[in-house]
Amino acid sequence: MNLHEYQAKELLARRGIPVPRGHVARSPTEAREAARALGGTLWVVKAQVHSGGRGKAGGVTLCRSLEETETAARRLLGQSLVTHQSAGRGLPVEAVLVEEGTAIQRELYLSLLLDRTRPALAFVASTEGGMEIEEVAARHPERIVTVALPPSGYAPFVGRRLAFALGLGAEARTEFLTLAESLAAFFVASDASLVEINPLVLTAEGRLVVLDAKVTLDDNALERHPDLAALDDPKQRPAAEVEAERAGLNYVALDGTIGCMVNGAGLAMATMDLIKLSGGEPANFLDVGGDATAERVTAAFRLILSNPQVRAVFVNIFGGIVRCDLIAEGIVQAVRDVGVRVPVVVRLEGTRAEEGRDLLARSGVRITPVRGLAEAAQRVVQEARAS
Amino acid sequence: MSILVDRNTRVLCQGFTGRQGTFHSEQALSYGTKLVGGVTPGRGGGRHLGLPVFDTVAEAVRATGATASVIYVPAPYAKDAILEAIDADLELVVCITEHIPVLDMLAVHTALVGRRTRLVGPNCPGVITPGACKIGIMPGAIHRPGRVGIVSRSGTLTYVAVHETSEEGLGQSTCVGIGGDPVHGLGFTDVLALFEDDPETEAVVMVGEIGGSEEEAAAAFIREHVSKPVVAYIAGVTAPPGKRMGHAGAIIAGGHGTADEKFAALEAAGVTTVRSPAEIGKAVARRLAGA
Repeated sequence: MNLHEYQAKELLARRGIPVPRGHVARSPTEAREAARALGGTLWVVKAQVHSGGRGKAGGVTLCRSLEETETAARRLLGQSLVTHQSAGRGLPVEAVLVEEGTAIQRELYLSLLLDRTRPALAFVASTEGGMEIEEVAARHPERIVTVALPPSGYAPFVGRRLAFALGLGAEARTEFLTLAESLAAFFVASDASLVEINPLVLTAEGRLVVLDAKVTLDDNALERHPDLAALDDPKQRPAAEVEAERAGLNYVALDGTIGCMVNGAGLAMATMDLIKLSGGEPANFLDVGGDATAERVTAAFRLILSNPQVRAVFVNIFGGIVRCDLIAEGIVQAVRDVGVRVPVVVRLEGTRAEEGRDLLARSGVRITPVRGLAEAAQRVVQEARAS
Repeated sequence: MSILVDRNTRVLCQGFTGRQGTFHSEQALSYGTKLVGGVTPGRGGGRHLGLPVFDTVAEAVRATGATASVIYVPAPYAKDAILEAIDADLELVVCITEHIPVLDMLAVHTALVGRRTRLVGPNCPGVITPGACKIGIMPGAIHRPGRVGIVSRSGTLTYVAVHETSEEGLGQSTCVGIGGDPVHGLGFTDVLALFEDDPETEAVVMVGEIGGSEEEAAAAFIREHVSKPVVAYIAGVTAPPGKRMGHAGAIIAGGHGTADEKFAALEAAGVTTVRSPAEIGKAVARRLAGA
């Protein structure tokens, strides 16, 4: 689960991590009020969406008067922002963060994440702040330093190694040590999977400030953090994915024309790959899970068909503990209930597959049962072209 | 021979009296697994499925001589269950549970250092030596005793690989699902080393997926240490970057962990790769025939 920048900064500030003074605003008047309350002569108005690259997309405005803050907020609020990271999708802007301006001396990069190869938590730092870290990694890998936390948890040497690598002076170094320790404590206490501060700014006055913060939380740990789970903003995710979560399905929308319904995440990916290999394009990733009951299959059909691009559906089930004949009944029922109008190709394999295929063939609904995996993929690609 | 489990493996079930624990223990018993008892705190002294129930793993091990355990405990309590099994010095712990928080698994990983316990999983189908011992949720009936070792990050794709090798009449020595989580127990490399040393295993099928770099590490290991033929399939060529594909560990991050990179690394190490899981069986048969 991703947090908005303003939520992340609030949480970091509670741990004493320095962030610019700011207020969240949900209307242009609120934005102006926020700026007035902050005082000063320079403000930043930032669109709150779950994506990086907001600056380039016009989601961040530097303002030199109260009027400008109001205008900037009016321009952003209620709009949707397309960034180069949002895959063409517009993200709704329902709030802006109004912050005091910061006089920047240096921009640094700092993140804390899971390094799955060790495995351990690791800080990644770079002197090249304000750029995407992937870009730095490609152009100047020598300007990135990674320091893993020992198994016992954060220790001051970790912060020292980073601070020296970043070339911080004595005063900033002391501040940095406190910041790194607090960040590690925050990460562990909130079951984060990523905390990314980009940029971490050294101000003209020589202080460290978190200018932007991205926090991703471990979905599997949200149950023990009801306070953090409450910060979820499902509107930032595609509607179909949110609906899938509610139905207990794993769903990712893609660009193609062939809807997929598969049991198991690995087989679901393999099915997409097979469609591509057969000359088609998958419309989605969908894992109906271990027990593909009639209700789940129905919910899955609804979800797949909510995408108007879908020209055919490929159901690929390997019946293990779950019996294929029961799944076949579920498929027939779902196809009838949902009123499926596109061709459906079904491949059943495993426990009682033969009975399942018979049941499909005799059902009278427009379902094509196919035995082999490769054959089934080729067949669904043909059906999609013809329909 | 086989790896990790055989007909003499004495197995405990943690989370024995729950719905999952009960169902899969019944299946294991009917397959012939030597299940010797179970653990459910607070239910000690009772019996379930005709077997003794214990309050603690330590007590269960003392009473039954178990050397392995399988865990069906719900995610919030799974870390504690694994730590208890490590503390009881079990040789093998198979954790089926899905959705365990990653920081919990980091703690488990640390606890495993210097211990003899081997962890398989979590978020995996388990381990099976066909005809001898089934620990986990895989359908027993699709397996045939035989010569191919299978190691996989995905549950259903393991079943596909099993089905394909059974269809070719090859059968399996042992199948190990290492699980789809980013932090887990045995990895590809560990299992490949075991298969290399197992006289009954003549070829290995490796099923990977996007995310992380374990397949690349396995490729480097195969180049140096594996003499047996290896056939590999990687799922997720069409997966978009930055999206988690069902498994917590299946994500292309920062442009890395793509299926293409993994295929390339494995091919460079002399592994036979297939672009469709339906080709796994035939590819293994060809390699075993010396082609």
